[in-house]
Amino acid sequence: MKVGELASAFGLEVLTGSVNLDREIQAGYTSDLLSDVIANIEENAVWITIQRHINILGVAKLKDIAAILIPRNLQLDQEVIDKACTESIAILRGGLSAFELSGLLYDALKRG
Amino acid sequence: MVDTFQFTPKINLEFTIREKDFFLAGESASRVKKTLQQLGMEQEIIKRIAIIIYEAAMNVAIHASHGMLRVFISPEAITIETEDAGGGIPDVDLAMREGYSTATHEIREMGFGAGMGLPNIKQCADELKIDSKVGTGTLLQATVYFTNWQEKH
Repeated sequence: MKVGELASAFGLEVLTGSVNLDREIQAGYTSDLLSDVIANIEENAVWITIQRHINILGVAKLKDIAAILIPRNLQLDQEVIDKACTESIAILRGGLSAFELSGLLYDALKRG
Repeated sequence: MVDTFQFTPKINLEFTIREKDFFLAGESASRVKKTLQQLGMEQEIIKRIAIIIYEAAMNVAIHASHGMLRVFISPEAITIETEDAGGGIPDVDLAMREGYSTATHEIREMGFGAGMGLPNIKQCADELKIDSKVGTGTLLQATVYFTNWQEKH
């Protein structure tokens, strides 16, 4: 499943325009502790987190994350969105909780 | 081991890290990762090295006013070194314990300071040396060898 397909399947808002929409998703990870993400997230994963400061982009870049997914329609600074575009990192946003989004993503990945 | 890498000469990389500049600290890890990928190094080893660099650089950005991150690459091993002008670590054994952190509330709210940095580094490194003086700073050296990971685990 591609990032763009995930966004349309679950009605997620795409905050970073066309950035990485064609990127293939192979895994998912939900965590707000950056050390945990650095140590445990797989490649080509969607990372679900409520962290929204600029440093999430450093983690996303280092771990070659397919997309960051922000739950509960939480707000992001424009600075972070702009930087994500520059660094070619997709940021998606949904109205559901991290728990619910994780469940949807898990099911979608299991179906393939 | 990857052939192309065995014949590369010694490579050293150096980055300055400033207090609270987390993005730059993360960026330095990304840049070293890219260099190692270009050298054709094994993915698993790159992953471990990236974790060490990220955590070590973050420790400097969180706890020190400034510091240096140096990466020494030879055909046998890679050594990641951070040298900082920070408060130093009074009890290194305690700092190595998972979940122990002296990071401020503000830092923790950003998702850092979970007490996982040094344990993560230890797990990924074949050798870890920490030389710290309270009030002066900390020198951390983590080495990953290109051959013995499987023997160790």
